[in-house]
Amino acid sequence: MNESSPILNISIFGVFVLITLVVVIRASRNTKTAADYLAAGRAFTGPQNGIAIAGDYLSAASFLGIAGAIALNGYDGFLYSIGFLVAWLVALLLVAELLRNTGKYTMGDVLSFRMRQRPVRAAAATSTMAVSFFYLLAQMAGAGGLVALLLGITGTGGQALVIAVVGALMIAYVLIGGMKGTTWVQIIKAVLLIAGAGIMTVWVLAKYGFNLSSLLGAAVDAAPKAGEKLLGPGLQYGATGTSKLDFLSLALALVLGTAGLPHILMRFYTVPTAKEARRSVVWAIWLIGIFYLFTLVLGYGAGALVGPDKINAAPGKANSAAPLLALELGGPILLGLIAAVAFATILAVVAGLTITASASFAHDIYANIIKKGREENGNGKAYDEDKTDEVKVARITAIVIGLVSIGGGIVANGQNIAFLVALAFAVAASANLPTILYSLFWKRFNTSGALWSIYGGLIVTITLIVLSPAVSGKPTSMFKNADFDLFPLSNPGIVSIPVAFLLGYIGTILSKDKADPAKQAEMEVRSLTGAGAEKAIAH
Amino acid sequence: MSTVDHTPSESAPDAQKWADVQASADFTELKHRLRKFVFPVSGLFLAWYLLYVLLADYAHDFMSTKVFGNINVGLIFGLLQFVSTFVITTLYVRHANKNLDPLAEKLRNEIEGDGK
Repeated sequence: MNESSPILNISIFGVFVLITLVVVIRASRNTKTAADYLAAGRAFTGPQNGIAIAGDYLSAASFLGIAGAIALNGYDGFLYSIGFLVAWLVALLLVAELLRNTGKYTMGDVLSFRMRQRPVRAAAATSTMAVSFFYLLAQMAGAGGLVALLLGITGTGGQALVIAVVGALMIAYVLIGGMKGTTWVQIIKAVLLIAGAGIMTVWVLAKYGFNLSSLLGAAVDAAPKAGEKLLGPGLQYGATGTSKLDFLSLALALVLGTAGLPHILMRFYTVPTAKEARRSVVWAIWLIGIFYLFTLVLGYGAGALVGPDKINAAPGKANSAAPLLALELGGPILLGLIAAVAFATILAVVAGLTITASASFAHDIYANIIKKGREENGNGKAYDEDKTDEVKVARITAIVIGLVSIGGGIVANGQNIAFLVALAFAVAASANLPTILYSLFWKRFNTSGALWSIYGGLIVTITLIVLSPAVSGKPTSMFKNADFDLFPLSNPGIVSIPVAFLLGYIGTILSKDKADPAKQAEMEVRSLTGAGAEKAIAH
Repeated sequence: MSTVDHTPSESAPDAQKWADVQASADFTELKHRLRKFVFPVSGLFLAWYLLYVLLADYAHDFMSTKVFGNINVGLIFGLLQFVSTFVITTLYVRHANKNLDPLAEKLRNEIEGDGK
């Protein structure tokens, strides 16, 4: 890292912050109503939203984490990206359009549509906040490690300061820009990230005559310890029966979690129609897919050109593979650009998570439970006029969430990031996805079924995580000295996902209250035809 | 892009209307066309993904078999997951544009009256 120049890195990042702040302030001019603030006036086009989804989804864990995992563990790192991509088909085929047609701002809108409002909204908000918080913590904790690597700040105090700065910037984006500003930050970041990765990919391939086979060969040569094993599966997860099962569990959580991530679901409300929601998923799938193909080349490229020993010796270990590759290829300037992109990534993702969690609190808990909107007796339209409160509450919540995540990020600095992200995906796949699918496709599903699957999925997932080796009993655990790892797998998905589906079924069958057939008819017709769906706002 | 403002709530269809539409032949057909595509295809891609994961997890030797140069079966299967994802996406969009959207639009216009 001798050639790395922290001042250059900070300056490039500063330029990014300046440009995005100007964009956010300009974008926020028309933000007046709740639909403006929480759903960007539903005025983004499908392609714009698709790019923003890619920006929301390709977190630092995807970029730095997957490239690093491929560099060190070869093929097993590639497996992550496949799960992350295939998952989008669930969103495309089963969730995106129907959700756009029936909801307004949050996941709770859809889940509570034909149920008793208060309990189901409270449950949906709880699970939204849980997923967002774990995801947020992972990003903030990641920021600390990234700082050490890119700015040469190794002291805990210095890293804490940088986490606080990242958090403060994020609060500013969300407060000023709302959903519209946040979306523009995602778009800018996604373009920079994908372009940066694309340039590096072509660069790496050019060094090997655009021959993937020779690149793989070079990666094998550079890794005498792993050798040929780098190209096949099993290096990371193949050791024991338990680790193989753990991988299967992770794979399930990845493929079923995406369509239950609240910050992804909320993005579908920023477009005017279900057709645009579909277009946005299509754009997202292509962009995300192409990006993961880039990471394959970047990962093996880092293995070949930088080498596993040097990556392991760098602060941040696997996470430093992509930045080190940038340094190797284009010197300090390319490193500075990639470092700025990585920072921007964290900033954009935390902003997206914060607005989601604050929307859920303002809309589900404050407006519909505490203040109990006028929604039940109409179809929700009349309520929109009364919006300033909701925006105010959302802004205050954003500040609180921002401060909590700064604190949490400082405490969690240095913790295992992958575990926090896996936790978020496991909760999303267990608590959210079964409930969403049942609500949309199963006529009999009722309030008690919804509560059983949300709370059941949430409780089972978190309990199994607490009892897992990720939390205690191993040298890599959160609490190294305690030992209560009764559940052998780090990822609970293989148990918690089927259990949550089962609980939703049992809760529905056992309950005496019947599904409301009138509401079910309304929801089904609306979800498929788009009749009565929220329209875009004309300014 | 639609620039329509909010429809006032008094013009919203009542409960009976939703039930009538739900029972109509057009709606049954729309629902059938959607489910006939998304359920089997979802089953298919999830099974294909699971097969791939199980092979990567438990059939290391098979996946490490070299096909040409340093390109092995595992890499080809992995890249095929990308291809199948892109293909299913394209097929669904074509299906939706051709078979779902016109019917959904017709029903929507019936429900909301002649306006957009």
